[in-house]
Amino acid sequence: MIDLVAILLIFVGLFFFLSGSIGLLRLPDLFTRLHALAKADNVGLACVAVGVVLLEASLLASLKILLIWLLIMAASSVSSHLIARDALRREQADD
Amino acid sequence: MIDLLWLMVDALLVTLLLILGWITCASTDIKRGITLFTAFGLLLALIWARLRAPDLALAEAVIGAGISGALLLRAINDHKPLGSSTPQRSAWMTWSINLMALALFCVMSWSMWLTLDQVDSTRLSQLVLSQLDDSGVSNPVTAVLLNFRAYDTLLELAVVLTAVLAILALSPMRSAFQPAGVLLTGMLRWLVPVLIVSAGYLLWVGAHAPGGAFQAGAMLAAAMILLHQGGYHSGSGLNLMLLRVLLVIGIALFVGIGLVMMLLNQSFLDYSPGWAGLLILVIETAATVSIAAALTLAFVGGRPDGWEPVTDSSNPSNSAEFNS
Repeated sequence: MIDLVAILLIFVGLFFFLSGSIGLLRLPDLFTRLHALAKADNVGLACVAVGVVLLEASLLASLKILLIWLLIMAASSVSSHLIARDALRREQADD
Repeated sequence: MIDLLWLMVDALLVTLLLILGWITCASTDIKRGITLFTAFGLLLALIWARLRAPDLALAEAVIGAGISGALLLRAINDHKPLGSSTPQRSAWMTWSINLMALALFCVMSWSMWLTLDQVDSTRLSQLVLSQLDDSGVSNPVTAVLLNFRAYDTLLELAVVLTAVLAILALSPMRSAFQPAGVLLTGMLRWLVPVLIVSAGYLLWVGAHAPGGAFQAGAMLAAAMILLHQGGYHSGSGLNLMLLRVLLVIGIALFVGIGLVMMLLNQSFLDYSPGWAGLLILVIETAATVSIAAALTLAFVGGRPDGWEPVTDSSNPSNSAEFNS
């Protein structure tokens, strides 16, 4: 039962990554692309991480996966912010 | 069934790596090429992990995908006037370069094929595992790097030191970053301690599990580079004499221990029995610090102010540059 839930969660996460990648390729400008990428990073990675933790028996490995998830969340949100701010400043400089 | 699945994953990884390598080389925009190169490094780290070489995977992830991307992106800003125009090559030149690359590839593949055919590939690993108890560590990779083939590692450190000395000699220090915004500063406050602790962990764990001086040093350098990008520049606060000492301490200690061992045991870097574990830890700690200092200086670039009496009138650290 738990295995089934875990696999389901991983597939949900993969779906988010897939749609994020499609968004990155298809959306018209930088800001909407960042939006698509953030969805994939946050929700997709969360689902995959929870799925893997459910499959993983050891507590230490689970804590490591949790730490990885937190680090990637922080890094991706801060780098999205930096990219968006830089793009915004460039647009304002062009006007 | 599971084997087939893994085979498909491996085939996918290798195909992606080849495609990524191709578009990295073919990319005309240099920034795009560097970004692709970082992705290439990450993919290569995954492939090392699949080949059950976690030491290499760690090193590739930290150095290949992390530090070298930062170094390359920093370096392309050095020569803006030159870098803005792509050099025009004649068709004849392009074809001869391609032909020479192909010839080199053929020669290397051929020589590799010869060695694959002739050398029993398990010979060395069995030798290492049979001698592992005498090495002072239980991680075979560390045993090879710091004990059995310590000479190679010493020369690798010398290569890193030489490269950094060349960087220091060639140019003045690159301009510093402006103080970062609230969000980046906030993240640095807790990310940098995590990086430092992780580097210490990698260094310590190298004795019995994947890890070691190169990975730990690169991670420490990553922390320093992040701080530098966040606008905490080392110009005034850092003790430059200390930095000089840190830069050479790895290789100095390595050579020193090697010479002492030569006096005691008649052979360079031949550790005394029972002392090997401790000596390896001391050498690795010093090497970690040196590698971190070297990579940080490579990113900061050039001579820091006060390194020697500055004669040129322009003071580079005063002109702040915004760079994201």
